Amino acid sequence: MSYVAFADRDHEQEHHDPETFFTKYIWSQDHKVIAIQYGLTAIFVGLIALGLSVMMRLQLGFPNEFNFINPEDYYQFITMHGMIMVVYLLTALFLGGFGNYLIPLMCGSRDMVFPYLNMLSYWTYLVSVIILVASFFVDGGATGAGWTLYPPQAISQGTPGIDVGIILMLVSLAVFIVAFTMGGLNYVTTVLQARCKGMTLMRLPLSVWGIFIATILGLLAFPALLVSAIMMLFDKTLMTSFFMPAVSSMGIDPGYSGGSPILFQHLFWFFGHPEVYIVALPAFGIVSDLISTHARKNIFGYRMMVWAIIMIGGLSFVVWAHHMYVSGMNPYFGFFFATTTLIIAVPTAIKVYNWVLTLWEGNIHLRVPMLFSIGFIFTFIHGGLTGLFLGNVTIDLPLSDTYFVVAHFHMVMGVSPVLVVLGAIYHWWPKISGKMYNETLGKWHFWMTFLGAYAIYLPMHYLGFAGVPRRYFAMGNTDFLPDSAQDLNVAITISAIFVAASQLLFFINMIWSLKSGPKSDPNPWDATTLEWHTPDHPPKHGNWGHELPEVHRWAYDYSVPGYEDDFIPQNVGADKVPAGRDRDGEH
Amino acid sequence: MSEAVMYSGAKEALGKEGLIEDWSRDKQVFGVPWGKAMMWVFLLSDTFIFSCFLVGYMSVRMATTDPWPNPSEVFALEAFGYPVPLLLIAIMTFILITSSGTMALAVNMGYRKNRKATFWLMLATAILGASFVGMQIFEWSKLIEEGVRPWGNPFGAAQFGSSFFMITGFHGMHVTAGVIYLLVVAFRVKNGFYENRPDGYKIVEITGLYWHFVDLVWVFIFAFFYLW
Repeated sequence: MSYVAFADRDHEQEHHDPETFFTKYIWSQDHKVIAIQYGLTAIFVGLIALGLSVMMRLQLGFPNEFNFINPEDYYQFITMHGMIMVVYLLTALFLGGFGNYLIPLMCGSRDMVFPYLNMLSYWTYLVSVIILVASFFVDGGATGAGWTLYPPQAISQGTPGIDVGIILMLVSLAVFIVAFTMGGLNYVTTVLQARCKGMTLMRLPLSVWGIFIATILGLLAFPALLVSAIMMLFDKTLMTSFFMPAVSSMGIDPGYSGGSPILFQHLFWFFGHPEVYIVALPAFGIVSDLISTHARKNIFGYRMMVWAIIMIGGLSFVVWAHHMYVSGMNPYFGFFFATTTLIIAVPTAIKVYNWVLTLWEGNIHLRVPMLFSIGFIFTFIHGGLTGLFLGNVTIDLPLSDTYFVVAHFHMVMGVSPVLVVLGAIYHWWPKISGKMYNETLGKWHFWMTFLGAYAIYLPMHYLGFAGVPRRYFAMGNTDFLPDSAQDLNVAITISAIFVAASQLLFFINMIWSLKSGPKSDPNPWDATTLEWHTPDHPPKHGNWGHELPEVHRWAYDYSVPGYEDDFIPQNVGADKVPAGRDRDGEH
Repeated sequence: MSEAVMYSGAKEALGKEGLIEDWSRDKQVFGVPWGKAMMWVFLLSDTFIFSCFLVGYMSVRMATTDPWPNPSEVFALEAFGYPVPLLLIAIMTFILITSSGTMALAVNMGYRKNRKATFWLMLATAILGASFVGMQIFEWSKLIEEGVRPWGNPFGAAQFGSSFFMITGFHGMHVTAGVIYLLVVAFRVKNGFYENRPDGYKIVEITGLYWHFVDLVWVFIFAFFYLW
């Protein structure tokens, strides 16, 4: 080894603490502050998207009641709701938020490897959010092309936001990708190159594994979105014909010829499918840690969990065209992509079994983070099983573009990751803020969200089987739909408003906790991972005081027989544990 | 197995054992500075961007209904009274590959801590890169004069101009960024900025990685756009 690792050179470094208010909280290069900035911004746009979904539900539940929602608005709502939730909320929150907060703390690093770049990443992300939100206020409003932005419709007359909205959307995505790349390079390099002594890759908590692999997926998948955004921007502004065939739009020839709309779909879904796992893998990782900690049991099959994450990540790049079964591809493609899609079920099922087996005979503490984790297992199995329907070409064809699809992807990549996000915020809240929240209020929040989410999405499966098409502003008098379909829509709308309103409990709880919550213990859950064993609580700039931690075991030594506590922190030395009593992922 | 043996006695092994040893090590996977590891990951990501551009270009080339212009004719230059196909492109390619050579020498001189030679070789690389961009500007203006536009051209399929300006433009931006990057590092080398830094002149190699990558991408653009 010619190159000396950072962990061995740490004592040679000088550590400067930021001093002014601005360097501490605004232009901060501290990964924890950047994580909170990312998190707050993401939650803020997420609330906008939540508001949009309530508006959509109002229109669908009571089609003739709300005259201020016209069809153009409705299409803008679905587009912005989808794009914000997938990219600007979940991707930013899991990687920019949790990634930033957890990676250096769990790896035992002082910070990300390039803190300045990390800071730049957040501010660029903020610019992309501002551009996106600005599109609501420009002439013609935001784009109404649907979150998939399929051409030719996305840049043809008749789609809302054709003048400026679509341009702002594409520019905002490009800026977001730049921001993500700056952050993502940092996360990957930190995990690979800046761990503390004794921290091997196979001793990393699964949270870090999930975020790490998701970041790699992002770095390899976002390029396809960037390229398709640039090409569509040129089709719109320079009248090139990358995606636009010769079309007649409203009786006028816009002047395009010879482009390939299917090319856009391929590029978009080459990004779009890994994107599902960019959102899901961090959730998988975090939920593993939550379940293990609150069940006081080591995670079942740690190595298998790691390899399952890697396999899912790899496979996610070869399944993209299962979103395009009805696009008019060669049928042999459908065969190939259906096969690869169903293969993904294997590592995913391994993970689900391992979560359940971790709970098996565990000492389960039904605290708020655990409730959200168990809720996640339910919703994820549910969404995963409907995925088997949609992954098969023959079953997908009649179900395409119905509410069944809406129910499936909301269950699997809407509700499930959001439950993990909420559970994770409750779990790490004491570390981030130094305060405890109200347990009872948290439990109410869980049950209202969890049961409410089922009340929204379970009926949608039936609507989908009945043939209710998605993305319709109003059904009108459609003969093949029974009248009861509308009754279900009313029920769904009421549940949606209930769930949206119940999120208030979360914010009330957190604001109350900040103002007058009791001080938390540095390690309230008796967890083993490094972030709970910082010298300061909450951790200060530089995380570890004078000495970097040294890791002696994996992250899951819970309820080890013969040890005084029911957990052994990762940084407890081998000499303090009775011989033969500690376990390690290595053995 | 005691930890001291397992984690600290890292020797450099080759082949499969070396791979396993790298990835099972604590502290760091690769024995390289952070900047270098990050540059590797960035270039991998950038590879996907250029791949998407090239695959997109090939896809529209197959999809379009109009005939594709013959690159040998479009990119021909008049020399000694004869049209020579791809003359300018050949010179540009030669220059860019030469610049990779001077860059490699600069990396070597950097490791020998020969500041003066490193500076001049990096400067030479930057000048070669800048002349590449200059010739690209010449090529663009010639084609624009002949009526090639992103939305259409007199030679055939409109996608020819669209792909040409988009791909060479994106690559030209990479070269331009590289020239600026080279100049910044070159002058810092000259001023002794890296003299007392822990990672010293390894930055020259990191700059070189980027430069070789941009060069390699050009080879693919040359093969798929100009020769096909």
